[in-house]
Amino acid sequence: MLVLNILIAGILTGAVYGLMALGLSVIFGVIRVVNFAHGEMMVAGMYVAIVLNQRAGIDPLAALPFIAALLFAFGYALQRGLINRFIARPEYNQFLLLLAVSILLTSSTLMVFGPDARNVQLDYAFDSFEFHGLLLDKVRVLAALGAAIGVAGLWAFFSLTRTGKAIRACADNQLGAQIVGLDVKRLYAATFGIGAACVGAAGSLLLLLVDVQPYIGADFTLLGFIIVILGGLGSMPGALLGGVLVGVSEALAGFFIDPSLKSMFSFALLILVLLVRPQGLLGRTA
Amino acid sequence: MTRIAARLGVTPRALVAGALLLAILLALPWFASSYIVSVMVLVLFAAYLGQAWNIMMGFAGLLSIGHALYVGLGAYTGAALFVHFSLPPWIGMVAGVPIAMLAGCIIGGLSFRFGVTGVYFALLTIAFAEFTRILFDHFGWIGGSSGLFLPVTNLAQNDLWHLRGSPAMFYYLMLALVAAALALTRFLLRRRIGFYWQAIREDPDAAEALGINTFRYKLAAVALSAGMTAIAGVIEAFYYNNLYPSTAFAIGRSVELMSAPIVGGLGTLFGPIFGAFVLTVLGESMTGLTAALHIDGIKQWFYGAVLLLIVALQPGGLWPWVAAWLGLADRKDAR
Repeated sequence: MLVLNILIAGILTGAVYGLMALGLSVIFGVIRVVNFAHGEMMVAGMYVAIVLNQRAGIDPLAALPFIAALLFAFGYALQRGLINRFIARPEYNQFLLLLAVSILLTSSTLMVFGPDARNVQLDYAFDSFEFHGLLLDKVRVLAALGAAIGVAGLWAFFSLTRTGKAIRACADNQLGAQIVGLDVKRLYAATFGIGAACVGAAGSLLLLLVDVQPYIGADFTLLGFIIVILGGLGSMPGALLGGVLVGVSEALAGFFIDPSLKSMFSFALLILVLLVRPQGLLGRTA
Repeated sequence: MTRIAARLGVTPRALVAGALLLAILLALPWFASSYIVSVMVLVLFAAYLGQAWNIMMGFAGLLSIGHALYVGLGAYTGAALFVHFSLPPWIGMVAGVPIAMLAGCIIGGLSFRFGVTGVYFALLTIAFAEFTRILFDHFGWIGGSSGLFLPVTNLAQNDLWHLRGSPAMFYYLMLALVAAALALTRFLLRRRIGFYWQAIREDPDAAEALGINTFRYKLAAVALSAGMTAIAGVIEAFYYNNLYPSTAFAIGRSVELMSAPIVGGLGTLFGPIFGAFVLTVLGESMTGLTAALHIDGIKQWFYGAVLLLIVALQPGGLWPWVAAWLGLADRKDAR
């Protein structure tokens, strides 16, 4: 029963990881730019949620739409103002640009908030549901629920709205999209904004589960990479599957072996998948 | 003099400028303060590591974001042999360099065999470095996460055999290494292997079609780069006297290491050295600014801002532009 509890906790955390990685996957799938500032963007969003919680007593779940909107604006402006100029440049150049952005984000949060770890105060932090002997933390269930709603919203956006369909057209064939008159640069900006909004929402949810400090951004960027590579870069269901796999493997490794060894298993898994199936578990082509 | 310059394949002005620079660098510890010398040691470390990394990315087009792995392997081998068996760093190098080369060959061999390229190759190098970092965190024989410390002895006299001594000794040692690396890369770039690397960088498929054994030459680039990097790792361990997996193998270390050649100019011979100078001096002046303003993070902020500006405005690196401006090179010979 204990193992089952841990398994379920891992799946629930993994759902939030999945939402975070989904942002990375959408950005790569459409713009073909690897967002090396992904975790740092999430940390910036988490700090906004912390400020709202500490100054105005707003629950991170209530602040989520605002934070997602804020990060959408940030992502849109970043793509419009900067990254669009780098689309045709070599990969290492884009990598360096986003690296500079990540350094700026981390150092800005460090300058404003200092290096100490922070968390939110919730009156339901230690509540849990009991279900046939299974014990579920309330925060984890809420976070996973939030992630599920986010993913469903994203899926609806990409399959039902005109803008969503236009973005998918850009991803399939950029030149073709341009020929039929789509404003590719604007759609790219919207895509980066959506990716950023995903990670902002994931950040507000994750704040229920973990403490935040400026330097953890890089860890989450790497975690995002592990997840999307596992699932397949650019694949939406793949990002979710990868998130759940990593959540479960972290929870199990943390319980059975040693919590500090848990990310070693994730990296070993990443190496294995990269070598044997570089397009990821659910990816189409390499 | 024109004849010497022609034989070396550089312009007369570049020859004079190079000789002048070398003279200044050789005389530096005699007139500069010990602070300047210690900053210059950092510049030379960054320059040498940048040159080694540049062989993979700049010459053969293989983006490695996990180069801290090779620095760390060299550093830990040298330090562990010294701490446990009192073996001098030069013996440590004899062991550490092949270990790093082997690690490079394993990573490269697996990647090239399985056709892992581009972004995926870069992510794979990160994954191996991070994997090793966590492994070393749990490896008690070399200190684990609480670190490995080299006994600090009296620094009054320089002992080159045991690498115990003043920053000036490390300064000359690193200066010699940077000069050797410059000579080696310049030599290789004008040989068959150098042209093969550049062909692979520009178009791997075309290179393969022309009959170049791309697997072998890519592997050679990784092995050479890893081995050279490990040499600096051993010296670095004896310079700082402490080692932690969380800093030695960190992705931040890899990024720091590759920023000098990118800022200076990828694929150029002098770019990594110039980039190391610009970035280190910039970083040090920012440290002063941080101390004056009492704000955490302002150093990294300026570093990020400058990196952003350089990447946005001078994507080919600063050195080709500076070299042209100084008239050191004619046409493509900015390298």
